Amino acid sequence: MKILLLLLASLLALPAQAALKIFATVPEWGALAKEIGGDRAEVFVATSGLQDPHHIQARPALIARARAAGLLVATGAELEIGWLPLVQRESGNALIQAGQPGYFEAARHVALRELPTRLDRADGDVHAGGNPHIQTDPRNFLLVGAALAARMAELSPADAATYRANWQAFAARWRAAIARWESQAAPLRGLPIAVQHKAFPYLEDWLGLKTVTVLEPKPGVEPSVAHLGKLLAQAADNPPRLVLRAAYQSPQAAEWFARAARVPVVVVPFTVGGSERARDLFGLFDDTVGRLLAALQ
Amino acid sequence: MNRIALIARAAAGALISLPAAAAEADLTALREEIAQLRQAYESRIAALETRLAAPAAKPGDAAGAAPQAAVAATRKPASEAAFNPAISLVLAGTYARLSQDPEKYAIAGFLPSGGEIGPPRRSFGLGESELGIAANIDPTLRGRLTFALAPEGGATVEEAFIQTLGLGHGATLKAGRFLSGIGYLNGQHAHAWDFADAPLAYQAMLGGRLKNDGVQLKWLAPTDLLVELGAEAASGGAFPSTDRNRNGATLGALFAHVGGDVGLSHSWRTGLSLLGTAPRDRQYEDADSAGVPVTNAFSGRSRTWIADFVWKWAPAGNASVRNLIVQGEYFQRRETGSLAFDVTGANRADAYAARQSGFYAQTVYQFMPHWRVGYRYDRLDAGTVSFGSTLNPADFPLLAAYKPQRNTVMADYSPSEYSRWRLQLARDQSRPQATDNQFWLQYVVSLGAHGAHAF
Repeated sequence: MKILLLLLASLLALPAQAALKIFATVPEWGALAKEIGGDRAEVFVATSGLQDPHHIQARPALIARARAAGLLVATGAELEIGWLPLVQRESGNALIQAGQPGYFEAARHVALRELPTRLDRADGDVHAGGNPHIQTDPRNFLLVGAALAARMAELSPADAATYRANWQAFAARWRAAIARWESQAAPLRGLPIAVQHKAFPYLEDWLGLKTVTVLEPKPGVEPSVAHLGKLLAQAADNPPRLVLRAAYQSPQAAEWFARAARVPVVVVPFTVGGSERARDLFGLFDDTVGRLLAALQ
Repeated sequence: MNRIALIARAAAGALISLPAAAAEADLTALREEIAQLRQAYESRIAALETRLAAPAAKPGDAAGAAPQAAVAATRKPASEAAFNPAISLVLAGTYARLSQDPEKYAIAGFLPSGGEIGPPRRSFGLGESELGIAANIDPTLRGRLTFALAPEGGATVEEAFIQTLGLGHGATLKAGRFLSGIGYLNGQHAHAWDFADAPLAYQAMLGGRLKNDGVQLKWLAPTDLLVELGAEAASGGAFPSTDRNRNGATLGALFAHVGGDVGLSHSWRTGLSLLGTAPRDRQYEDADSAGVPVTNAFSGRSRTWIADFVWKWAPAGNASVRNLIVQGEYFQRRETGSLAFDVTGANRADAYAARQSGFYAQTVYQFMPHWRVGYRYDRLDAGTVSFGSTLNPADFPLLAAYKPQRNTVMADYSPSEYSRWRLQLARDQSRPQATDNQFWLQYVVSLGAHGAHAF
């Protein structure tokens, strides 16, 4: 009886309005939502930094979490096309369906690169909407974050002031950090690199890196040794200084190429949780810039 | 001269000033209008600026990004085709080598389910092609149609249903023809299976799989653990029910699924389903004790319980390199009623009761990107079958007690997400007289829009 009363009391003691429940598809938007929401947002992140964001399954746990969400934050641009539509439909949650205010796509707020001029599966895993890996350029977080803060304020008006204040504080720190990273990364400008998957056009644009070799013959297709050998021969005139791959990708191809070309492999975290240091958004870029610079020495 | 000039000037001045006064009034109106417009624009710009919440560090980026995004969104030309539904096509083909004649295939001990069971035809064969068309109908509904195109010609409607999009409170309503939510494998399309054919339990108990013409209501509990409850009412028609030509539902199903994650690397789902129906005059072919072909029929109640379980492992949740799937389902069916012997001749009916069971357990391991191997074990138990005193058990050779079993191994290679090559070997002991050694080579490819696969 006492326990029952205690339970009842604890139920009554709940705040009048619960924090906004956010379902983020990938860690970077989860981290951003946490920065904006503070303690007025309850953020669930569907994937970890070591998972291939192209190949996620509509796991039971994701459907259960999506059912309770008030806001679904996705990358969009078809990154989550293999699982998110199913999670949305199965969730039975009217708030997070496409077209509702509770559905937010980050890629809509950024100008996408690599828009394909031709759509054919013979070209591999082509994203029809453009390259969705926008989180490798920190400047994109300013655009996405501003829109996300506005959306969160719209969905939870009582917390609007908190979100705005958190966002402004974060944006100020973020701008300072961008300036710091840019000055640190100045030696990387114009650096020729090889990438495993075309996952870094935004990072390249930001730091002025030049991709001279892409290991995958087609997006999402693993390179064969013969193909790597051909690339190696082609790279003789303009050799890359390092091979860049994301933490979630299988290491073999990058390591083989790097050994043969006698250059280091740089494994960047790609998103929050992709490495020990990338615990939050600041750590993500501290680590990314740090690892790239370390490879120059 | 001067005076004249003055008068002229005055007159001219008056002439000019008259319209000038009118123009002055117009101008003020215009100015006011412009001021209003400017105000409206300024407030809109201010609103947009607050939305962007002062991205002062890179104003160029913000200003440049928004219009570019807008341009990208509006670039598509307006056309009637813009709202065409997504079309997906699955093509499949097999080469089969079987040591027994597939025409004579039967699962001993069980009333034939009459569905698409057994191995494919020998030699080269076209599998079932599948054409799917799906789109959102409006903000509240989604529709899907799947045609199964049989190799011998003709299209059957595999699925044709509408489904609510976020009815709210975790509820989803489906109506039309749909794959039932019972069990685990039942709701999956054949092209998504890990083996080339359905488990024996599905073939014997559900005629391959259960498709319903009816309604389905599903509800998700508001918990972090997946708790899904569902109920279906359907008209019946295919095995284990029959068409009853009546107003009420002939088939009902209930199911509950629970699932979640354990750490980053493990996820699981388990469930319990109940399927109840009351078939009338469900006919099947057999031979009597003298070996003369006869048609028998069952009428009564049929109730099937299904317990299912699936567990998936992938290191750190990254399934693209290595992953393991373990799944199994257990079926138990009780049928009571009357069995009519030789409906076109003697037509002797008496009591019949059967309690039968079966299960399969399988595991599939992806040991490197694109390559998987798997093993499946099937076992059925014809259980206890009792006949009324006027029926001679020897007249029902198909129902003679037997425990069919099958061992299957497979290896598949998927060069991309859209194509798969599979080699499958099976030792099928569905019939007591003969062991069927089966060799399959299969391709399954998918073209066009490809929807997400269920867990």
